[in-house]
Amino acid sequence: MAIARTHILVCGGTGCSSSHSQALIDELNRELEEKGLLGEVQVIKTGCFGLCALGPVVVVYPEGCFYSHVTEADIPEIVEEHILKGRIVTRLLYQETVVDDKTIKNLNHTKFYEKQHRVALRNCGVINPENIDEYIAMDGYEALGRVLTQMTPDEVIQTIKDSGLRGRGGGGFPTGQKWFFARQSKGDVKYVCCNADEGDPGAFMDRSVLEGDPHVVLEAMTIAGYAIGAHQGYIYVRAEYPIAIHRLEIAIKQAREYGFLGNDIFGTGFAFDIELRLGSGAFVCGEETALMTSIEGHRGEPRPRPPFPAVKGLFGVPTILNNVETWANIPRIILNGADWFAGMGTERSKGTKVFCLVGKINNTGLVEIPMGTTLREIVEDIGGCIPNGKKFKAAQTGGPSGGCIPASLIDTPIDYDNLIAIGSMMGSGGLIVMDEDTCMVDIAKFFLEFTVDESCGKCTPCRVGTRRLLEMLEQITSGNGTLELLREMEELCYYIKANSLCALGQSAPNPVLSTLHYFRDEYEAHCVEKRCPAGVCKKLTRFVIEEEKCKGCTACARACPVNAIIGEVRKPHHIDPEKCIKCGACMETCRFNAIVKR
Amino acid sequence: MNTVNLKINNIPVAAPEGATILEAAHIAGIRIPTLCYLKEINAIGACRICVCEVKGARGLAAACVMPVDEGMEVFTNTPALQKYRRTTLELILSTHRTDCLSCPRSTDCELQQLCREYGVDMDRFTKKQQNEMVDASMPHLVRDNSKCILCRRCVAVCQKNQYAGVIETCERGYDTHIGCAFDMPLSETACVACGQCTAVCPTAALRERDDTDKVWAALNDPTKTVIVGPAPSVRAQLGECFGMPIGTNVEGKLVAALRRLGFDQVFDVDTAADVTIMEEGTELLHRLKEGGPLPLITSCSPGWIKFCEHYYPEFVDNLSSCKSPQQMFGALIKTYYAQKAGLDPKNIVVVSVMPCTAKKFEIGREGQSAVGLPDVDISITTRELADMIRRAGIMFTQLPDEEFDPIFGIASGAGHIFGATGGVMEAALRTVSEIVTGKELARPEFREVRGIEGIKEAEYDLAGTKVKVAVTSGLANAAKLLDRIKSGEAEYHFVEVMACPGGCVNGGGQPHQSGDVRNFTDLRSLRAAALYSEDEAMTLRKSHENPVVKELYADYLGEPGSHLAHHILHTTYVKRGLYK
Repeated sequence: MAIARTHILVCGGTGCSSSHSQALIDELNRELEEKGLLGEVQVIKTGCFGLCALGPVVVVYPEGCFYSHVTEADIPEIVEEHILKGRIVTRLLYQETVVDDKTIKNLNHTKFYEKQHRVALRNCGVINPENIDEYIAMDGYEALGRVLTQMTPDEVIQTIKDSGLRGRGGGGFPTGQKWFFARQSKGDVKYVCCNADEGDPGAFMDRSVLEGDPHVVLEAMTIAGYAIGAHQGYIYVRAEYPIAIHRLEIAIKQAREYGFLGNDIFGTGFAFDIELRLGSGAFVCGEETALMTSIEGHRGEPRPRPPFPAVKGLFGVPTILNNVETWANIPRIILNGADWFAGMGTERSKGTKVFCLVGKINNTGLVEIPMGTTLREIVEDIGGCIPNGKKFKAAQTGGPSGGCIPASLIDTPIDYDNLIAIGSMMGSGGLIVMDEDTCMVDIAKFFLEFTVDESCGKCTPCRVGTRRLLEMLEQITSGNGTLELLREMEELCYYIKANSLCALGQSAPNPVLSTLHYFRDEYEAHCVEKRCPAGVCKKLTRFVIEEEKCKGCTACARACPVNAIIGEVRKPHHIDPEKCIKCGACMETCRFNAIVKR
Repeated sequence: MNTVNLKINNIPVAAPEGATILEAAHIAGIRIPTLCYLKEINAIGACRICVCEVKGARGLAAACVMPVDEGMEVFTNTPALQKYRRTTLELILSTHRTDCLSCPRSTDCELQQLCREYGVDMDRFTKKQQNEMVDASMPHLVRDNSKCILCRRCVAVCQKNQYAGVIETCERGYDTHIGCAFDMPLSETACVACGQCTAVCPTAALRERDDTDKVWAALNDPTKTVIVGPAPSVRAQLGECFGMPIGTNVEGKLVAALRRLGFDQVFDVDTAADVTIMEEGTELLHRLKEGGPLPLITSCSPGWIKFCEHYYPEFVDNLSSCKSPQQMFGALIKTYYAQKAGLDPKNIVVVSVMPCTAKKFEIGREGQSAVGLPDVDISITTRELADMIRRAGIMFTQLPDEEFDPIFGIASGAGHIFGATGGVMEAALRTVSEIVTGKELARPEFREVRGIEGIKEAEYDLAGTKVKVAVTSGLANAAKLLDRIKSGEAEYHFVEVMACPGGCVNGGGQPHQSGDVRNFTDLRSLRAAALYSEDEAMTLRKSHENPVVKELYADYLGEPGSHLAHHILHTTYVKRGLYK
């Protein structure tokens, strides 16, 4: 590897890629070549840095300058000023890192990164994921080597058990236990699977790991293969993740070339190989039995358990399935020891958890925090609060299977058990922040719409029940709700939870139940007063012009797409509720705040 | 086998290891309701009607798939479960077209039965949308998705028992429905018309095409002579439609009922079965002598014929050119009988009563008209006949036993056992072995080919010639057997194939039995037993000894396999392939 004086890291994650980070790389290389700097300066496409809201991101080392929102037009300036003349382009710096005109601060000391602890994401945004040497330089495949040459399978499983690692895909099942069961199951053929069918709305942790550090998954799966006695692994990754798939393909090829996959790994005689299986985007295929049914080539639908996959999984043989993020923890646990991992987190939730911080939050992005960090720390410190000074209303975790955490519980330390106790769940790690303008009934409806759409249709409670539940919510948001309907709806929720075949159906009513629990007053306002307190539900919202404030400037009337606003110039206008489509264009146009939602 | 001790509703039960809660409960005399479950082929835990409470378990358990465990405590009927089941039924009803008053499955519908048990008598949920797709593109059945409860029993039989797999679950979530690939009509697929799906459907989503109106019209037409003939297996099942025990032979009452319905002649298709043996036996001997094509494969089952044409066209030349007994029956009525009775075949309406839906397809096939008219005009199923008997107000169980009309009403025991898997083989062996050896069989029984196993093999020594035979039923088994023949792994001279598992006694047109019965009763054996005991009680047990058959050949056809016999009683097949 050539030694360069300067490294320019450009984020190649999906977020920054969609804002054309590849063009930045091309432009950088062109500029560097023109200036004859190609030999001494290296441009590297990395995985996600986490601060997706600031993308596309370019980081220049050794200085550690974090340039945000970089455009192609900025590149000549960066090369000319920073690379050639050594003058940092301050106008492009992420403002948090600027101490004063002359000093910048280490990225890890900014509020966004300060409280984070990167284990699963340690290589994301650091290495070039398409180069196995860079992974090896970060201790890559050392854990595998140690496992194969110094540890027995039982020791490996004991280490994972001792670490207290629990499945990061949602359920939180102890990983070591899962491996132990699969090892106990008799059989010459066993499989190791990776669940990369991330499908929660607003979640992209797994994608980021695969894009930023694909080898960590390969290494971990091979370790697991050794531990349970399997020789074949499958990564089930959704076809909507083309970058992740591309990098996995490269990684598998490189690992085979280096002898980290194949017939005689590290010369120990242990054989293990990995293949990709592309999912076509059904949410239910993230459920373990549905995922396996899909790999087998059938319609992706869950199967009844027992038999559990550890006994009878893929193609009817013992199988373990772990989520991408779970895998990403394994090599570190082997290298640093179970105690190191168990030293992080809370009593029953060890280690760290990656969250996708999205919604009404300033620092949208990918964060990894020790278990036990409070929601307040995530929202206020890492997330940098809510835009436009709005108030925090709730956070939703666990995606369509999870629930809402109200502002009153913002100091809850986040771990598996606490989230369950307050009616939500860890899920895979989506964390959607909602501000005061959010209608909780509408949110419940949004998540339920997703589940109704994604139900596989196998069992009655989920196929028909969730649809009927959604219709009840629609009745409420359109002003036809009653308190009796609320009662019936709650009953149907409990029915669906108890009777559905798989976790998708069993957890589908959670968003409804948790919002009902914490925001019942909002439901009641919809049902009894026929009012949407947040002013979101269109049928329950009226736009009104307050006469005393209206100057009769006619701006609103001109903005109205359906001519619903009538009035003479310089005289108060009014809105015809029959014609109004509640688009809100008038309210945005009015310079006198004369238009209000009621 | 190890036993597991558990308690169900506080009743101690010892169940075999690996048994499900459903099975253990059955041992304890407790019925747990089911809708989707079909033993061995559809254990998918989808409908959720069988959910039970297991003490200490995290959630509810679907009894149909949850294995029992030592010390388990199960509750099958708590107030909470009753409420849950009611909701499940209400949800199913919210997507179901509930025109129960005139629905063809009314009183015979498993959904209706459960709704009645659980007191679900109205739609709690407003109906918003239902799948209105009705597929009547095939001559044998109607698929009405507005009645479908998505139990997937039909998909399971079609794929697992019949190897056809022409219907599947399409789309997902609330839009899930049963359909063919790309939602094409069934007629565009390689559906073999076996009708197994109609036999297992718990509601009226799948049913045979109702041809009874055509029969009523013919019966009421004074210009027509209407002649009816029931297939061998019909007499062993029709009683089930009138509450009689499974396996009751009701031949006498069947004849009486047909006569009371107004048919001019009540004949027996079993007689034609005897003729089939004469023709097919001769064909076998001919092929053995001339060297093929072998194995000769039977052609009585039109579902099998269509299957062979679609899925194994390379075996079409192995098929016996004999028409099926139904078609031989019709052809002989319109030729031999018409001549004998001095009737114009144009004025004869031949109605067959069959255990089969594929027979409705068969009557419209090419090469099935001896005199330029369809050999058989209308083919109805056992179930349709039961409907006619009910509508006519005939109190079936109180009918006296009557005899078939003589001209075409005498059949041998060999003809009777056609209705069970192995029956055609045994009937043929009885005749062929006596022809070859020239000696009378001491005991005309070939027990090796009896029984409900999917594939049976035997080898017989016929006067020094070794004849290897195989018998299979259920098309998935047939496919297995054909693959073995194709690969050279197995070699036979004569093979009997019946499309439906167990043969005609388990045909697609046979009386419905609910999952409760199917899952705990060996329907096929019970029904077949009725035929074998009838055969055993007879003195006339070989086709070639049937006086009607003898007279037919002496007076009309000449020799078996004669030119005339070929013209009237044989047919040809098409190599269809999978996509036509």
